[in-house]
Amino acid sequence: MSSPAPSPVHSGARSGRDVAVVAFAQSSHTRRTDQLSEVELVMPVLHDVLKQTGLTANRIGFTCSGSSDYLAGRAFSFTMALDGVGAWPPISESHVEMDGAWALYEAWVKLQTGEADTALVYSYGKSSPGSVRDVLTRQLDPYTLAPLWPDSIALAALQAQALIDAGLTDERGLARTAVRSRRAATANPHAQLRGSADVEDLLRRPYEVEPLRRHDCPPISDGAAAVILAAGDAARALHANPAWIRGIDHRIEAHQPGVRDLTESPSTRLAAAAAGAFDAPLDAAELHAPFTAQEIVLRRALDLDDRVPVNPSGGPLAANPVMAAGLIRLGEAAALIHRGEAGRVLAHATSGPCLQQNLVAVLESSAGGTR
Amino acid sequence: MSKQPVAVVGVGQTKHVAARQDVSIAGLVREAAVRALADAELGWADIDAVVIGKAPDFFEGVMMPELYLAEALGAVGKPMLRVHTAGSVGGSTALVAANLVAAGVHGTVLTVAFEKQSESNAMWGLSLPIPFQQPLTAGAGGFFAPHVRAYMRRTGAPDTVGSLVAFKDRRNALKNPYAHLHEHDLTLERVQSSPMLWDPIRYSETCPSSDGACALVLTGARGAARAPRPPAWVHGGAMRSEPTIFAGKDYVSPQAGRDCAADVYRQAGVTDPRRQLDVVEMYVPFSWYEPMWLENLGFADQGEGWKLVEAGVTELDGDLPVNPSGGVLSSNPIGASGMIRFAEAALQVRGLAGEHQIDGARRALGHAYGGGAQFFSMWLVGSDRPGS
Amino acid sequence: MTTAAELLAGIPELAGAEPVTRVTIPARLEYTYSPGSAQARFLTALPEKRLLAERCPQCTRVYVPPRGACPTCGIATPEQLELPHTGTVTTFCIVNIAAKGLDVEVPYCYAYVLLDGAHVGLHARIGDTPYADVRIGQRVEAVWDDRRLGPSLASISHFRPTGEPDADPESYRRWM
Repeated sequence: MSSPAPSPVHSGARSGRDVAVVAFAQSSHTRRTDQLSEVELVMPVLHDVLKQTGLTANRIGFTCSGSSDYLAGRAFSFTMALDGVGAWPPISESHVEMDGAWALYEAWVKLQTGEADTALVYSYGKSSPGSVRDVLTRQLDPYTLAPLWPDSIALAALQAQALIDAGLTDERGLARTAVRSRRAATANPHAQLRGSADVEDLLRRPYEVEPLRRHDCPPISDGAAAVILAAGDAARALHANPAWIRGIDHRIEAHQPGVRDLTESPSTRLAAAAAGAFDAPLDAAELHAPFTAQEIVLRRALDLDDRVPVNPSGGPLAANPVMAAGLIRLGEAAALIHRGEAGRVLAHATSGPCLQQNLVAVLESSAGGTR
Repeated sequence: MSKQPVAVVGVGQTKHVAARQDVSIAGLVREAAVRALADAELGWADIDAVVIGKAPDFFEGVMMPELYLAEALGAVGKPMLRVHTAGSVGGSTALVAANLVAAGVHGTVLTVAFEKQSESNAMWGLSLPIPFQQPLTAGAGGFFAPHVRAYMRRTGAPDTVGSLVAFKDRRNALKNPYAHLHEHDLTLERVQSSPMLWDPIRYSETCPSSDGACALVLTGARGAARAPRPPAWVHGGAMRSEPTIFAGKDYVSPQAGRDCAADVYRQAGVTDPRRQLDVVEMYVPFSWYEPMWLENLGFADQGEGWKLVEAGVTELDGDLPVNPSGGVLSSNPIGASGMIRFAEAALQVRGLAGEHQIDGARRALGHAYGGGAQFFSMWLVGSDRPGS
Repeated sequence: MTTAAELLAGIPELAGAEPVTRVTIPARLEYTYSPGSAQARFLTALPEKRLLAERCPQCTRVYVPPRGACPTCGIATPEQLELPHTGTVTTFCIVNIAAKGLDVEVPYCYAYVLLDGAHVGLHARIGDTPYADVRIGQRVEAVWDDRRLGPSLASISHFRPTGEPDADPESYRRWM
């Protein structure tokens, strides 16, 4: 991107209390989980993060989840998932009708107030009950866009075509992104699509919605994820190598795709600046780009060049449980730090058609970036 | 890390009606937001972030409508959060916004909650046919009526108590220009002879279905000092949740409600809520919930809530007025109803509640609940800055 | 606030046009729900007129229908047990208003029935008795609908009084 990095707006996102991700768990994402209710899908990841930290539900200061009634096909679907938490005695708890990354943000804010020292964050998405491609059309302006039923792949194709028309990528470049992601996923036991045919092979296949082929699109996934956040000494007590959230911010853009330049993501860039992403080099980035072309848009917004590994987990092209995929990016970024594989990692989450809303967090080990 | 003080400097709401056919969803939420900004004498550029809440997306048939509302709420280029905690959501949304200020993350935050029930069918949204689930036999009334009966059985309350609450709230609503129901001709006899919908709940003891929105502008000490009108200061705020259904759940007086109130009182330094609070805006969708919540929130001993109602304590001129705005019984845009309670509490301590102002109100409680009486959110606001 | 009519009046080409106040946009989405493994065990026993409950290994509370997790302990409830078809009315209401899309004639009695051995009430209708006689503490039994036996709660038509003396309030007070 040619414009200079914007200067951070007035925001306390980089000051205040030190908060870290101290545990992360995710399900093994699959195309269908017909045998599982939502609570049965969520409970194992909740137990996993509690076990990692030795905490119990009633020692957690705040709990926040993210999910969507439209994805589940029923009102108040999150109330059923709460059974998996064991909310007794009553707990301090909230829910966002958004990706779990924003539930993590709400929990981070709660820890910033000092009212809690630990937080449990979880999210889940079962895409299999309905046709997620059609369900997502219900996100659009109900009077002018939704009646036309432009599905999520068609909208992503518009964005990809704009990018190609602007000379910023080509179908081969998109295929290379798909191959790189899915081959990286071979090292991720939770990923749904692991491994890939080579670029030449992929380019011989038919279009899904031109210019996108099937490999440019995410798989349809059922899955869940959970994270535990802790502040200051609590974080140090719970993990030998906490993944400190050095900055976190999120921004939204106009809804109507027609009034946006779909080749750019100014909201990502604003959020990244506020989160301090441009202040020091990064060791890796986990980007919530469900479509190959969206990774190109995000790389440009974030000034990421080829020296920064993107989506070592395989990213959403390898597993895309809607409503959890953003939280998983934060979790995967933290896991790199927990394992000592990186010192400073950017995590990104998105929501809405064509990257309308974006969240960026910068996570660091206690030592900071290693390069 | 100490919390920053939080002040309410702008309150806006729409005239709640059965169907706002003259505006879109965007028009509805913007109307409330513009009024809140006007009250605060602020512009869109003064807002750092927007927090929006509403009840299930199926009520309007729009998935995550905040995406489509970004422009209408001036959120483009800013952070926007969407909260959904069932019926308590209006309150929870305000608390999430307040936390953004308390944490020092933002200086000034706009928070909005709405429901436009006329755009779809809320009863349908609540009762999508899930083949294997226990049916919610007759909507919310059928769900809550058995718990009202359990309350009557437990306390021996005479069956007229519900009608007293309904009559009081509807009369209060006549003093509130934003209330949906303005039933000038209503009499106590008419309430008591209205059809029995879910025995023991009568038609006139239930809330209407409304289109409406509410908005608040929240800011810190500096913003409050610049505000053109008196602010309401947040002295305490909390959320509590318990499971939907569980063995030993007390539907009449849920533990989560008691814990939530206790947390708020502790934060605000309130030890005797009956004496120390001047006015309460509580979420009463069926009139019998007023005596039930009076006990749950610590204003009356167990089994004694109905006696306060009978004695007129909760009337506009009683010593603990409850729902001077007319409450949920007079206006129920579901997702906004909790925020309206929070907003009305703020208006009272600001001295700006108009005809339904309680003279000299200095401390007020705003209360919301939702789900299977499992999600609670409350705030306690005061005319004085906390600690002063 | 400027009204829609005032806005229209400002545009000469639209003078006299009726404001659009409503557009009807039908939307249809189909979902296939999964009851999950715990509820599936309960449902598949219903055609055999068996009521399968699950006990929490930690708090020992018995849930029917099972929810997939003990809601207070947050753990799976793998231990199954069969419950008798009798129970106690813990509370109820009489519904006089028809719910849209629900195939039930009004008025009807909607009750919480605490099955013997369970710790949560089952939502059920009470029948075969005048509604004025229905009371908290009344003993009732399941009436199965032989024409609708299947993996659904519709297998139970309703509950009817057994004629036994009312239950001791202490037996259900904690589980109301």
